[in-house]
Amino acid sequence: MSDAVKPAVGRDHALGWGLKSVVALVGLLLAAPTVVVVPMSFSGADTFEFPPKNWSVRWYEAFFNSERWMFSLLTSVQIAFLVALTATVLGVGVAFGLDRARFKGRNAIRSLMMAPMIMPGIVVAVAIYGVFLRWQLNGTATGFVAAHTVLALPFVVTVVSTSLAGYDRTMDVAAATLGATALTTFFRVTVPLLAPGVLSGFVFAFVTSLDEVVIALFLQTPDIQTLPVQMYNSITLEIDPTIAAASSLMVAATTIVLLVPLLVRRKRSTS
Amino acid sequence: MSPSPSDGSHGIRISRVSKVYPGTARPAVDDVSLDIAPGEFMTLLGPSGSGKTTMLSMLAGFVGVSAGSIEIDGRDVSRLKPHRRNLGVVFQQYALFPHMSVAKNVAFPLQQRRMPKADIETKVAEALKLVHLEPYADRLPTQLSGGQQQRVALARAVVYQPRALLMDEPLGALDRRLRDQLQREIARMHRELGMTFIFVTHDQHEALTLSDRIAVFNEGRIEQVGTPADLYERPETLFVAQFLGESTCFRGTVDRQAGVLRCERFSVRVPEAPETGSGVVIVRPERLELCADETEVPESHNRVAATVTDVVYVGTHHQVGLRFADGTTGMAMRLVGPPLPAAPGDDVTVAWDPAHQAVVADPAGAAVSVPEVRSATPVLP
Ligand SMILES: Nc1ncnc2c1ncn2[C@@H]1O[C@H](COP(=O)(O)OP(=O)(O)OP(=O)(O)O)[C@@H](O)[C@H]1O
Ligand SMILES: [Mg+2]
Repeated sequence: MSDAVKPAVGRDHALGWGLKSVVALVGLLLAAPTVVVVPMSFSGADTFEFPPKNWSVRWYEAFFNSERWMFSLLTSVQIAFLVALTATVLGVGVAFGLDRARFKGRNAIRSLMMAPMIMPGIVVAVAIYGVFLRWQLNGTATGFVAAHTVLALPFVVTVVSTSLAGYDRTMDVAAATLGATALTTFFRVTVPLLAPGVLSGFVFAFVTSLDEVVIALFLQTPDIQTLPVQMYNSITLEIDPTIAAASSLMVAATTIVLLVPLLVRRKRSTS
Repeated sequence: MSPSPSDGSHGIRISRVSKVYPGTARPAVDDVSLDIAPGEFMTLLGPSGSGKTTMLSMLAGFVGVSAGSIEIDGRDVSRLKPHRRNLGVVFQQYALFPHMSVAKNVAFPLQQRRMPKADIETKVAEALKLVHLEPYADRLPTQLSGGQQQRVALARAVVYQPRALLMDEPLGALDRRLRDQLQREIARMHRELGMTFIFVTHDQHEALTLSDRIAVFNEGRIEQVGTPADLYERPETLFVAQFLGESTCFRGTVDRQAGVLRCERFSVRVPEAPETGSGVVIVRPERLELCADETEVPESHNRVAATVTDVVYVGTHHQVGLRFADGTTGMAMRLVGPPLPAAPGDDVTVAWDPAHQAVVADPAGAAVSVPEVRSATPVLP
């Protein structure tokens, strides 16, 4: 709500030199793979080369001209979109329920929601694989969407719960005294105020699905392979620098998607 | 100044209303009755936890009544949802919609009433003019100061001409200077709009300055209802006397026959003692005379010997601390200017006209014979 005003206070002043160097180090570690991969994708050589001796966009051409790469990209984006949609709808429902309803075991359910984040990915993957075999969901879009939704849900629930916790319920009371029905209040006050949180949840879910590889490896069939699976397969079979181009594109896409909520919020607070 | 009392068909009538929150034993509001006349400025005053917010919430419809009824203009509204009551409410924390501009906030209640767009614009402009915020129409609430935000909230709460304006400690979040300024604005709005205002506060100064009448709350009950002068000069319970303003309280036993209150070392004349038993005589500090020479005191006046304990200069006057023979402490007030008749350590005679004292029952005295009473003072209708 008042993001525009509050965070500025504690930032610059609070960071001492020690803390600043730690932040810089962590930032460097996080950025390192990208710093290597992106230049590599523009290499003109036939194999991986860092730093590249000459530059070209041949691997991007290879990527966009390959039916297999393009197909897996399309698959990934479609699945990620469906996952984001499903996880957002479910996650908003769960977050509202946990915030507004008073019932026994609320905290237990909240913790349970976080389970997929805590469990090792491979364990979740094997479990899902086993169950989906029986349900005949392996290699189906439904299977991918269902599995990724389970992984994405905790993110949505967390982000939306945080917005809800910051939501001042006197807004609802105030709207009621001004003559608004519960429905009007929901759409004219609650929804606009929670929209940034919900959008963040959507984006997190999208990116979670886009990046996921372990479960996707288990669920894949030749007919349905996501981009990360295609990348994995491509390096186990041959040394093909197209993967560097694919990775760079993924980094770019993810960054743009993650920036969306931030930009929306910025625009809101300045308009 | 003070409007005529309500006959019930106009104004707001609270009849024997109680509220017991689920899971609590003691009622938050306990059998409260109060009539508020149209156009009246009524303040609910009381210490923290006395049930003021609960009473206001029942008026607005945020919480239901456990017993009793609330009528507005002769119509029982106690079962109506808040959005059907047509009341304006101002909250301590402003409760403006942060995603809407000032003008949109003020337009919101008019849109709910499906008013034509052109009329909305006129009304919003008028309301913003009323609170001197026309230049800020397009700002977001976060771009305003606390005082300005509260003025937007006031504009938003009166723009649709509600039946009454309810305010719960609207100045509580503001600093001293802004409080004073907004107090004057609220008083002016009340004059200009002629609307019924119901104002909750725990600040006695605020209550005395603003109100036509004040209802003093204590532990969920109303101790006394009256004009500021009534409450200050004729408190009916010890609680009211002590909550509003300073006073010297002599505790003792009322002897109705003799017309005196017998304290430990002296007696005080009480020409109109209400009852016999434990009693307290209450005198306000500006009514106490300090005399070095007892012969100057008129015959009809009460007089008690005291020692001056301290003198505090507070700008407009001196506060003179007193200790009486039975250990009672008290305070007298002297305007700055004339020389003070006494200095700390001096023995003086304290005198006052019994017409300016109040006699109330002593809740502590009664508690001795009847254990576990909430209050020995009679609760007013
Ligand atoms: N929702 C609630 N559930 C249970 N008890 C409550 C609730 N709200 C208030 N109470 C209790 O009811 C009593 C009156 O509370 P209320 O908020 O009306 O007091 P108040 O006079 O407004 O006090 P303050 O000046 O601190 O705002 C208190 O004892 C309080 O603890
Ligand atoms: Mg309160």
